[in-house]
Amino acid sequence: MDKVTLKIVRTGGKEASYELKYKKGMTVLDALTEVREKQDSALGYRHSCRMGICGSCGMTIEGLPRLACQTQVSSLNTDTIGIEPLHNMAVIRDLVVDLGPFFGFHTSVNPYLVRKDIQERDSADREYRMLQSEVNRFLQFDYCIMCGLCYAACPTAALDPMYTGPQAIAQAYRYMADPRDEGWKQRVDLLDTAHGLWRCHTAGACSFVCPKDVDPAKAIQLARMEVLKARVLRRKERGGSQLVPPVTTPAKQGVKAPPFDFQGGTEK
Amino acid sequence: MVETIDHDVVIVGSGLAGLRAAVEVLSRSKSVRSLAVVSKLALMRSHSVSAEGGTAAVLYPDDGDSLELHAWDTIKGSDFLADQDTVWKFVNLCPVEIRQMERWGCPWSRKDDGRIAQRPFGGHSYNRATFAQDKVGFFEMRALYDKLQEHQNWARYDEVFVTSIVIENGVFKGFTAIELKTGKFLFFRARAGIIATGGAGQIWKFTATSVSTTGDGIGLAYRAGLPIEDMEFMQFHPTGLFPTGVLITEGARGEGGYLVNNKGERFMEKYAPSKMELAPRDIVSRSMIKEINEGRGFNDDESGLSYLHLDLRHLGKEKIDSKLPFIKELSMKFIGVDPVEEPIRIKPTAHYTMGGVRVDVDGRVLDADAKPVKGLWSAGESACVSIHGANRLGANSTAECLVYGRIVGQGIAAYLDSSDSPIADADTSRLAAEENRVFGELFRNETADADVYQVKAKLREVMDKDVYVFRDEAGLSEAVREIEELKRAFQKVRVTDGGRVFNYNLQDVLEVGIMLELAEVVARGALNRKESRGGHSRTDYPSRDDTNWLKHTLALRTPDGPSFSFAPVTITLWKPVERKY
Repeated sequence: MDKVTLKIVRTGGKEASYELKYKKGMTVLDALTEVREKQDSALGYRHSCRMGICGSCGMTIEGLPRLACQTQVSSLNTDTIGIEPLHNMAVIRDLVVDLGPFFGFHTSVNPYLVRKDIQERDSADREYRMLQSEVNRFLQFDYCIMCGLCYAACPTAALDPMYTGPQAIAQAYRYMADPRDEGWKQRVDLLDTAHGLWRCHTAGACSFVCPKDVDPAKAIQLARMEVLKARVLRRKERGGSQLVPPVTTPAKQGVKAPPFDFQGGTEK
Repeated sequence: MVETIDHDVVIVGSGLAGLRAAVEVLSRSKSVRSLAVVSKLALMRSHSVSAEGGTAAVLYPDDGDSLELHAWDTIKGSDFLADQDTVWKFVNLCPVEIRQMERWGCPWSRKDDGRIAQRPFGGHSYNRATFAQDKVGFFEMRALYDKLQEHQNWARYDEVFVTSIVIENGVFKGFTAIELKTGKFLFFRARAGIIATGGAGQIWKFTATSVSTTGDGIGLAYRAGLPIEDMEFMQFHPTGLFPTGVLITEGARGEGGYLVNNKGERFMEKYAPSKMELAPRDIVSRSMIKEINEGRGFNDDESGLSYLHLDLRHLGKEKIDSKLPFIKELSMKFIGVDPVEEPIRIKPTAHYTMGGVRVDVDGRVLDADAKPVKGLWSAGESACVSIHGANRLGANSTAECLVYGRIVGQGIAAYLDSSDSPIADADTSRLAAEENRVFGELFRNETADADVYQVKAKLREVMDKDVYVFRDEAGLSEAVREIEELKRAFQKVRVTDGGRVFNYNLQDVLEVGIMLELAEVVARGALNRKESRGGHSRTDYPSRDDTNWLKHTLALRTPDGPSFSFAPVTITLWKPVERKY
């Protein structure tokens, strides 16, 4: 492949076509950057980290929601690449869409560590005790970079704009599965609503497109189990983990800093 | 038309330092009614999410680590340019912040007894890099972003680009900005402000930093007549993924990875026999460039550049999958190399701006007379407090963002609670002038004689060539000359996109203007400093010179470019000695 053509759906639905030289290792983001810098400075798209962790460059590439920065041109098996904005979101300019409602769903599930003792949470001098095996229960769901690809792929979100959506439900479950959290009951109530987790009909598109292997479809199923525990088994609440006890192990011999040269060593 | 928006506090920058400060102000201040987080990106898109390896802290002193040792490692790592009173304050608060992040949800990796695990890191004499796999900055950002959702009285201004800092008679008045979504010109009027906009790594082409890391806050402070400090000290991280430059964490070496040349030798044996691959970053990067210069690198025919190998194969699949999954993902997705099977190609990459806006030990921004600007703070990479001096140790930057986010947040809470000065008006003619600069001059309807992207590309080439790991008089003079030429060319640059909504071309032009000014300060500062210290290494002045150069560089803006002066280093704990590993 010597050349590659980008066919981009611009604001208002018009398609623009850009031809450029293919370079080995070129990503779709590299190609877009070249278009903006050399052919069309008015092309609107978002990007930032270039390494698949900031979540800026979500767009529909060859029919699937993907991150432009980690999509190799060579992986698409075509020299004419169709690019559109993400679906299920309003277009602002070209490939730039409005993520406001999407961020709002995330906020709506109380995505923070809930504790009865707020004083302890915000000022204790020790950490909560937690085993690595307990971390692993929610870690995968904490990989979410809020890129919106899952939401753009979701057939339920396409039909119900008030649907909480795969990203937010997965984040609610992330906290429900966290042994330190005490907000289980409030999240059950936030998810068990008319536009909540029962709307999902398990197409699995979210998990298919997720660039970070968060697997929101699995999180939704697990969250449903939690709701059933509340509604069917009548479970009332779930307590959180305790602070670790003070360290009592004897001191080991470590490397020592040289003695102070000055009368220092205290906070000024 | 300038639209005015009032808030008690306006934080510019939504990375770790900005979000940490926001949480601190909201939970500490009794009188804060409204706080704004303004970012040219959406929240959670900041470069802090790319931080990988660890956050340094003395968590369990009973096991053998100590605050003194963390302070000593940091000061020795800084090549004795760090202000020692600041370092002492910093190391004391690091463990507090690690635990605070934990209790706000950060998934720190754990030891078998349920306590927080830590890994070795370059230049640290103890395993004190606290980690959550290899996505530390990302998980810290998530915890802070999520914590913010619990608070009510704040507003987010996503994708709002700040164009100037308004200071009148030593008092901070607010920031002017463009709302990208609408193209509206805004004035954020506030009682207190924070500059937390990160570093300037994008001045270089081969860089680990995100596209947004263009040094905006540092440049705006400089334009507002405030001194910026120690800009010649740039950290080149040893392991930038070749050929894009994105970061492969030092944690890969912390977990036992080897650096290898084309003869299959672990060459660090020659340069830092006691620390090997875990020597501080300046030393490792210099050793790597020496290896490459002496013909022991691997050559890439496509780019004509050379690289070395980071070999993780002996760690085994299980360890790589559990401790370094992101490194594996990056390597596989970007260069098609599975580190379990093959070494990763790497080269030193522009990474961290040690310099920045000059602030005091509490993060208050200082003016040219070293007096605090009333109502203005700075924290994180954009500030130079200076904890890192001439070379930052790995895992100390996320730590600084958290610690100084906290300190600055507390400072602002105390300031708001103790004064009832209302939000004050600013000189409207100056605001109108700024609006005219942005929307009038740059949009002037005439053909552009110079292309902003060519200017930017050339600048970054010059910096990669002449202001890289090793520097000398000839190269730096050439760089200064080329930057001056580019500044002249930039005068003829115009915005070619005529739209108002999401005009990224306009943002690019504004950023490049700042990058050029900062690059000039870096290159001229480096040319001035006739010694080698930390990240600044002169082949024509190869040793450290404490007699003449144990001092901070301060740059003030004049119409003819930067004018330089110097400030003493605060030394309270240890006198400088020879730095050996």
